[in-house]
Amino acid sequence: MRQLALLGLVFAALFFVPFVVTSEAWQNTILMTLYAALLGQAWNILGGYGGQFSFGHAAFFGTGAYTVAVLQVQLGVNPWIGLVAGGLMAVAVAAFIGFTTFRYGLRGSYFALVTLAFAEVLRILANTVPFTGAGVGILIPLDQSAANLQFASKASYYWLVWAIALAAFLTVWWIGHSRFGARLMAVRDNEDAARALGVDPFAVKMRAIMLSGLFSGLAGVFYAQYFLYLDPAIAYGPAISVESLLVPIVGGMGTLFGPLLGAVALHGVSEASRALIGDLPGISLVLYGTILILMVLFAPRGLAGLVRRLSARRNSRETTNV
Amino acid sequence: MPDLAIIVPSVLNGLTTGALYALVALGLTLIYGVLHIINFAHGALLMVGLYAVYFLHSSFGIDPYVSLLIVPPAMFALGYALQRGIIGRASHGRDENILLVTLGLSIVIENLALFVFRSDTRSVDTPYSFEVVEILGAFLPLPKVIAFAGALVTAALLWLLMSRTDLGRAIRALAKERKGAKLVGIDVDHVFAMSFGLGIACLGVAACLLLPSYYVTPQVGHGFVLIAFTIVVLGGMGSFVGALVGGLIIGVVEALGGLFLGESLGQIGIFLIFILVLVFRPTGLLGHKV
Amino acid sequence: MSETAQSDTMLRVEGVSKSFGGLQASKDISMSVPRGKITSLIGPNGAGKTTLFALITGFHKPDAGKVSFFGEDITGMAPQDIALRGMIRTFQIVQPFAGQSVRENIAVGAHLHIRSRDAALAKAEEVARKVGLGDRLDMDAAALTVAGRKRLEVARALATDPKLILFDEVLAGLNPSEIRDVIPVIRAIRDEGVTILLIEHVMQAVMSLSEHTWVLNQGELIAQGPPAEVVGDPLVIEAYLGKGMAERIARQRMTAGGAHA
Repeated sequence: MRQLALLGLVFAALFFVPFVVTSEAWQNTILMTLYAALLGQAWNILGGYGGQFSFGHAAFFGTGAYTVAVLQVQLGVNPWIGLVAGGLMAVAVAAFIGFTTFRYGLRGSYFALVTLAFAEVLRILANTVPFTGAGVGILIPLDQSAANLQFASKASYYWLVWAIALAAFLTVWWIGHSRFGARLMAVRDNEDAARALGVDPFAVKMRAIMLSGLFSGLAGVFYAQYFLYLDPAIAYGPAISVESLLVPIVGGMGTLFGPLLGAVALHGVSEASRALIGDLPGISLVLYGTILILMVLFAPRGLAGLVRRLSARRNSRETTNV
Repeated sequence: MPDLAIIVPSVLNGLTTGALYALVALGLTLIYGVLHIINFAHGALLMVGLYAVYFLHSSFGIDPYVSLLIVPPAMFALGYALQRGIIGRASHGRDENILLVTLGLSIVIENLALFVFRSDTRSVDTPYSFEVVEILGAFLPLPKVIAFAGALVTAALLWLLMSRTDLGRAIRALAKERKGAKLVGIDVDHVFAMSFGLGIACLGVAACLLLPSYYVTPQVGHGFVLIAFTIVVLGGMGSFVGALVGGLIIGVVEALGGLFLGESLGQIGIFLIFILVLVFRPTGLLGHKV
Repeated sequence: MSETAQSDTMLRVEGVSKSFGGLQASKDISMSVPRGKITSLIGPNGAGKTTLFALITGFHKPDAGKVSFFGEDITGMAPQDIALRGMIRTFQIVQPFAGQSVRENIAVGAHLHIRSRDAALAKAEEVARKVGLGDRLDMDAAALTVAGRKRLEVARALATDPKLILFDEVLAGLNPSEIRDVIPVIRAIRDEGVTILLIEHVMQAVMSLSEHTWVLNQGELIAQGPPAEVVGDPLVIEAYLGKGMAERIARQRMTAGGAHA
């Protein structure tokens, strides 16, 4: 319950950010940070709580993004409907990938590679078929109105991503406090032992990948509506997959607040580097890669793990002092 | 239906490309077979090799084939250092951690290259770049024929090294039984790093053979890395013969797929092979290990 | 109700065989476990005891034969479906969910029939006290001692409210005083109405706990009966100590007995 209260507090505070921060540039930075936390939290459901490391979350993200864009541009479907459809299509893709891989017990590095291959197949398909605009990409016509899920103000976009992120974080809180979550973590930590206690690993992993896909897909819908442009490399390229896994790995996999910590840390670092050395191509990714290596080498439990370790050390020191 | 006059050159072309794929995959499969590591940075390291060959040519006028004496040893040293300094320390008992670290390495290397070299496409201009050779009525670029022969020779040399030298014996012992190898006094960390170095040296050879008929950009490795993974799983993780045969098969599949389906759908064929093999035959089609 | 003879047998194994590659791990095994009792399965190392457990609980599929539980054919069913029917196994090499607390570990078992998280955690606490882990509820399971982990295996199985528990060497690796502590725990489980089948190496435990024992050697059942009788069976002695031992022991006994007479 304390965790839920803290979550409520954090999101309540986040809700008021646009009233306090009025600079558009800063609003954008905070928005992108929250969006990164959303991407990371989506990955965290499957990777952090389920122990299934996906290298291809772009498959879900891109499907959500393309669904809302194509429905609007080719069929004139309202993007609010597209929002739901995008989420559902991402769930469908997740179910397909989950079924083909988990049914045959694919795990570990093999699962990572197969998800990557799925994302690549989708990228090539999006590059080939005409209705996605192929390699040229797809442009959503500018028509700013709430009915159109397009907003003139950054603040409104911010609240949109805030709402989706809140849903994702609440879902993860629930995972930490439910039978489903207990089973998911049991499968992550020891699949055979979980089976012996009556847990069906396939069913549990399927639910996890579908939930994970849902929030990645919704992040994709948000991206499409915010930038109003997509191409196969943006939607299905490796950058999204990497950002999705990097955020929770830096922040702390399998923890509720890890993705938020990770997103803040990564965006903090890239903002700082921009301020210090200017906006050079590739530099922020060099930093991201370096951080990934350092985290895996020295803090495999992420920032959340570091915080816990430090506070544990302080506690033990206090008790010894007493 | 295209006739033989188109299919034969296409197959031959596919075989020459496939031999280079095989060389890249050979390094990957060696590393996997011994260390049980999936080296995600393989493509990025190939790119490093290609840039090395490129700059040796453009700055010092060294012919790419002469670079065979320089680049593979340098790549060997780089691989040795990476394994000892970074990759070997990362696992904490989980395979995925190694995958993540090599992913991190590939991101760093690629983006450093992007930062230093920009995304310009560079290629070398040699007197023989546009020479052709006639084989079975098909005209093939000379550099590709040389690459084909070079790849086979390298594979043979690697096989000799593995079967005839003390190092090869130590590597094979380690691949089979880690604990046992440690017991008989093999310096495990050293042999691991030597294996990784050898795998990366293969990339150095591939770079020298590839550049005269190809190009280099910071992202050039992308195209190779998933293909190399496909070959490795197709041939059976850790199998030399499998990597060689798998490479040739994939080269031909890509060439014919491109011919019949268009270039990008041809690529999908490769990924579908990859997914199907991993899902249904994770031990590979030839199902046989080092 | 069905005929009593049928309902007295909880688990029945009929003609089960399994081979891995060329190795025959189980040969035509038939055995049964009566309701409400502690039955044991003994045999030398490599006799195929753990394989038989895996065949019964669905972790391996038998090549031939039938396993039935409460009269229902469960051959080839997935482990989780078998667990759902009330048959739970533990592992010889303990398998804690590392990184999770003792309470959380046990709750995974409790969740088999309890949906509510709070109720499952409460049940976990209750079971932990029963097996003597009440003081370590919030400890990381990976930090437990070997004896602690064995108790955790027992607790997780118990928390599922099983009808039959298959214990795979829960006493192995424990020192004599720890064994003395755990034996009453197992007996208490039986007294609550849970049927138990245990694989055990510690003969003293087999003798004191089980009413009936089955002896497995090289994948085959070679003897069965009350433990006290079975340990005197020449076939069993030979299986454990090698050929010729039974005769020698018998001869020694005779001479010893003769001297007394």
